[in-house]
Formats: sequence, structure tokens, C-alpha cells
Amino acid sequence: MLTIENLHATADGKPILNGLDLQVNTGEVHAVMGPNGSGKSTLAYVIAGREGYEVTAGSITYQGRDVLAMSVEERALNGVFLAFQYPVEIPGVGSATFLKTAVNAARKHRGEQEYDAMEFLKLVKAKRAALGIDDGMMRRALNVGFSGGEKKRNEMLQMALLEPSLAILDETDSGLDIDALKIVADGINALRAPERAMVVITHYQRLLDHVVPDKVHVLAGGRIVRSGGSELALELESRGYAGLGLEPSAAA
Amino acid sequence: MSAQQDAAQAVESYAGERYKYGFVTDVEADSAPPGLDHDTIRFISAKKGEPEWLLAWRIKAFERWLEMEDEEPAWAKLHYPPIDYQDACYYSAPKSDSDRPKSLDEVDPELLKTYEKLGIPLQEQEMLAGVAVDAVFDSVSVATTFKGKLAELGIIFCSISEAVKEHPALVQRYLGSVVPYSDNFFATLNSAVFTDGSFVYVPKGVRCPMELSTYFRINAANTGQFERTLIIADEGSYVSYLEGCTAPMRDENQLHAAVVELIALDDAEIKYSTVQNWYPGDAEGKGGIYNFVTKRGACRGANAKISWTQVETGSAITWKYPSCILQGDNSVGEFYSIAITNNRQQADTGTKMIHMGRNTKSRIVSKGIAAGRSDSTYRGLVRIQPKAEGARNHTQCDSLLIGAECGAHTVPYIESRNPSARVEHEATTSKISEDQLFYCRQRGIDEEDAVALIVNGFCREVLQELPMEFAVEAQKLVAISLEGSVG
Ligand SMILES: Nc1ncnc2c1ncn2[C@@H]1O[C@H](COP(=O)(O)OP(=O)(O)O)[C@@H](O)[C@H]1O
Ligand SMILES: [Mg+2]
Repeated sequence: MLTIENLHATADGKPILNGLDLQVNTGEVHAVMGPNGSGKSTLAYVIAGREGYEVTAGSITYQGRDVLAMSVEERALNGVFLAFQYPVEIPGVGSATFLKTAVNAARKHRGEQEYDAMEFLKLVKAKRAALGIDDGMMRRALNVGFSGGEKKRNEMLQMALLEPSLAILDETDSGLDIDALKIVADGINALRAPERAMVVITHYQRLLDHVVPDKVHVLAGGRIVRSGGSELALELESRGYAGLGLEPSAAA
Repeated sequence: MSAQQDAAQAVESYAGERYKYGFVTDVEADSAPPGLDHDTIRFISAKKGEPEWLLAWRIKAFERWLEMEDEEPAWAKLHYPPIDYQDACYYSAPKSDSDRPKSLDEVDPELLKTYEKLGIPLQEQEMLAGVAVDAVFDSVSVATTFKGKLAELGIIFCSISEAVKEHPALVQRYLGSVVPYSDNFFATLNSAVFTDGSFVYVPKGVRCPMELSTYFRINAANTGQFERTLIIADEGSYVSYLEGCTAPMRDENQLHAAVVELIALDDAEIKYSTVQNWYPGDAEGKGGIYNFVTKRGACRGANAKISWTQVETGSAITWKYPSCILQGDNSVGEFYSIAITNNRQQADTGTKMIHMGRNTKSRIVSKGIAAGRSDSTYRGLVRIQPKAEGARNHTQCDSLLIGAECGAHTVPYIESRNPSARVEHEATTSKISEDQLFYCRQRGIDEEDAVALIVNGFCREVLQELPMEFAVEAQKLVAISLEGSVG
């Protein structure tokens, strides 16, 4: 599904990713862990196509296509979803309106009939309850004044409605209390499917207690320095990055 | 001096003049030749079969206008070549069918594309594009039923020419009572040469059950470039009036100078909503409409309320300050505005809230969006007169810039002559952030749709003031106005 080879990327001329390799197969859930400033968000942004990052070498292939040649929205419409570490506020735009616009853009892309307001509300109702999102939140302006937990749950709702083929979750667990973490984890598990792959970027083991990954990678200094099974996360937890011989990046 | 004496005198002075200028224009002709003199005014008035008092009023305005040569406003942040007023045509009869396109096939495809995007039905497209059609429009029969219903309630809704004939006392009493003929360069010109417009009178205690729209009259009268509108809400009445249309309107006349006067008596409320989408010119601004509008409402009575809502997306030049004179105690004035400029458009728009009565309140929400190489200025005056004990104003003025070559300016004037008054002004200027665009695009929303979504969000407070049927179209219009502004 996703193959990244020898990826080098810079921002403002500063090298951040330095020869990163990653292979994620359909149906798998991979965890990417690493110290602050190791390049985790950068990896997510480069896959999604955010401006401001220059790929200086290497390749990203998704469903057999050269991702780097695709526009941001093309990637999204072809099933790449990024749950943001810091979801963006859009004043005046209701969450439901935003979501409907996104879902209808995807439907239009697939040649399907766009949902009208009623159909859409019905669809949302079914999905939002599981995430503990009430109707009031759907009517509020997108992410404006949302608590950290509300923002992350809203990201999960978007994911649930857009049903991506490849979901990249950038620290969706950070800033959540135990209850919210459980809700988000259940949301992720509910979307685990044979036709879908996920890359879960996280700092901590605790999310992985609920979402057990098929593979765990450690990102440091802009490269994957170790890969293993879910036991690698536990090892990291008990020994820390330093214990694995990985000094936390001092770059930040 | 009474109005009648006034008129008589003016007619007399005119009679002398008549000799001087000669009376050369043929009243049977369809159009007045280009240029503006006493004859032109007389021609217009004769064409419309007006009473003497109105002709006298026009003449007074014209003579005042002649003295205003140096008073063409230069203070607005607008740049345009000098207008040759003698080069313009001030009266032309509606086009005959043979001059009009025979079908939509003969209409500019660009215009049709926009109609399509706005979802305007074919029949209305034909009407808007000025196609000559034999079939009777649905809207005509709609208008007839509509008029019957209004008549039952005693509501008068007709063209101002018709009102001059049918309801002369009302017109004579209120015309020029809010915007005097000598008010400003453009209003004075309008007073001299206005061709048509709407007239509304809502009797005491009547709540007008439907939105009144010029739309229903558009077949009946071609209002033209010097529109004059007069709306009177008698004690305890309510009316909501919609002006304009989201569809882009073309007009061969570059110069537009309309006047709108609103009068709300005790406990009456007038809600006036405008969508202005006149031709803005090409990407370089060539050929666009110059729109110089004087709109003013008087809350004459206690507890009266006047609310202006405008969505300004068209015209090359917009000069417009819908205002409220809050005379009655506890009266309320509101101004909600969205002004979008793109390419080379320039808009200098805002409001004046003149607080005269006690405990008068006003609220101003202005959203300016500038893209391309355009310029958008908010210019607003809040004046608290000495007797306006306890007056309140709140002004929120937000500008959004798209791209680096446009400009947004905020020019608030605050004059408070009563220490008990409270006037608050907030202003922000922002840009659509890369983060917002990326977030939208990551959700599969393309850049143009993302901009439209973000801008509609920015305008939400104003959009929600529009009557429902207008609001949906206005949202689409916001999107269309900004096409090509990114990427
Ligand atoms: N746009 C940018 N311009 C300059 N430096 C950046 C930019 N984005 C990220 N960086 C730097 O790259 C490094 C990796 O950042 P990031 O990918 O956010 O790390 P992580 O998500 O692993 O904490 C940090 O040192 C950060 O300061
Ligand atoms: Mg990060």
C-alpha cells in the first residue's frame, strides 16, 4: 500500500528526514515512535503533501502511484487521510458544514450523488455517538474553542466518515485523558480493516495498549533506526530511547 | 416657505430659463440625446407625465448640482478617471424586442456559465440576460397574485413613477425628506434625473407577510441607472425588502447613482437587504460599473428599527454608505455588510449611525474581503448628538486579505457629544492561512472551494442576517466572486 524509500526532506533548507525507509501493507497498523523533534510530523506532512517541505531525494509510492507527483487534494481524494497533531481552527465554518463539504467532495470524486443536508445528518448521527460527540459540537465553528480532546475526537469523526485507505494519525493520543484515550482507541480499532492501512504516530506506549500494532518503528534523526513487533514499544517504554542507544534529538 | 410655494417659484425660474436654453428635445423620441441640461430634465419629467411640483423639484436639484461642480467627492479611497457627465445618456426607453437577443444562444457564454453556477432557472436566465420572449413569465402571474394579497392589507408596492401618479400626497410628503435634493453630488444628480425605482408604503400596524423584492417588478419597468427608492413603514408596521439579485447584471451605462430613502415611524421596522452584483469589469477593471449610492434611513419614531444588510460583490467602483438617523427614542440602527473585491475592483463602503434620540442603539458588522489587486475600505461614522442620552454603538470591522497585492483599510470616525454614550469599536485584519488551506485540501476540498468555505465562515454573522432564500444564493455568490483569486 505505502512504500517509502530513502526519503530525504528539508524545511527552510534544514535537513529533517535523512534516508527514511518504510513499508506498510494493506490491512496493517504500524506505530511510528520517536523523541520530540525526530521528524514524525514532517513525515506525515510530506506524505500528505504540505507546502514548505522539499523532498531532496527518495520516493513515496502509494497504491502503485508516485505520491510526490500528486496534489494535496488528489492524495486525499485517493484515500490518504492525516489526523492532525494540531487541528486547525476555521472560524464561522460549522463542523458539520466542513464535514459535509469534505464527504461530498469525496463522493463527487467517486462519481456518486452528493448527500443533501438530511441524508448527511443521519449519517453523522450514527458515527458521532460512538465518539462521544454531541450535536452541539457539530454546530460549533470547526475546532474553534474546542478542548484538546474535542479536537482529536473530531479528527476521528472525520476519519470515520471519509473512510480512508491510508490513515496517518499524528499524536492523536497526546493531550487526552484516560477516558478520551479509550474513546479514540476504540474509534481507531473500529476502522481497522483488511483493506485499510494505518500509521499511528505516537510518543507513548499507552495508546498501543489499546491499539495493538502489527509493527513498531523507531524514528530518530530523520530515519527509521529500529523496527520490530509490538514488543518493541514495550521495550521503549521500560528503557527509554536512551536505553536503546538513541539519544533524544537535541535539534528542537 | 411651503413646498408648494417652493415649487411654484422653481417653475417660474425655470420658465425664464426655458427661453435661454430653448426647448429642443422631442418628447416623442425614445431617448434623450447625450448630455444634461434643463431640457433633459424637462424631457424626463414629460416622458413620465409628472406633476409640476416634481418637475420643479428636479429642476431645483439640477441647479444645485450645477453649483456642485467642485463637490464631486474626492475623499473616498477610489481612483477613476474623471467622469464626463455631458457624455452620458440620461433617458432611454426600454429596448425594443428587435434590439434584444433572440435567445440565450446570442448571450455571452461567460454570463450563462455564471447563471448556471448560481442555479438560476432557464426562464429567469432569459429575463436577466434581456432576451426578448413572447411567453408570459411565470413571475408576472406570481407578481399579480402577490399584488392582490398586498392590496388586501393596504400595502402599496409599485414603481415610484406609478406612486407619483397614484399616491402623490405620500410621495410629495416623503420624497427627499431623508436624503434632501441638495445632499451630495451624486444624490443631487439622482434627484434631477432619476428614472425609476420602487415605492413601498406599509400602513399602521401591518406586518408585511412576504419579502418584497424588486425582482417581481423587473419585467414591468427597466429601472436603469438612476434608481430612486422610497419606503415608508407607518407606526407599528414591519417590512422586509430585497434589492438586487445575485446574478451578474450588465448595463451599458457605466455610471450608476441610486438613492434609497427609508422612513420608519413609531415602533416600525424596516429590514433592507441588498445583493449587488453589477458587472465589475474585466480582469483589468475595464468596462465595470461605477456605483455611487446614497442610502439612508430615518427612524423617525420611538422604538423604530432600520436594518441594512448588504452583500457587495459587483461594480468596478463602489461608493456607498447606508446610514441610519436615529431620531426616535430607543430606536435601533443596524448595518451588516460584506464587501468583496477582486481583480481591480475598488470599494469604499460603510455606514453612518447618527444617534439623536435617547437610548438609541446601533450595531455595525462589516466584513471586507479583498483579493487580486483590489482595494477595500470600510468608512464609518458613529455620531452621538448631545441629547442622545444612554446611546450605544458596537462596531465590528473585519478584513480578510487574499494574496499580497490587495489592500484593506478601516476608517472609523467617532464623534461623541454625550458623556453617557458608550461606543465600542473592534477591528481585525487577517489572511487566509496556509494552515487552513492545507487542512481543507487534506480533506479533499480543492483550493477554490476551500477559499469559498473559509470566506463564507468569515462572513457568517452577516450572511445569517439575510432572508433565507437570499442567503443560499449569496453563499454561492461569495464563492463565484473569488474564483481565480488563488493558485
Ligand atoms: N517548517 C519547518 N521549518 C523549519 N524547521 C522545521 C519545520 N518543520 C519542522 N521543523 C523542524 O524539524 C524537526 C522535526 O520536527 P517534527 O517533524 O515536527 O518533529 P516531531 O513531530 O517528531 O516532534 C524539528 O527540529 C523542527 O523544529
Ligand atoms: Mg509532531
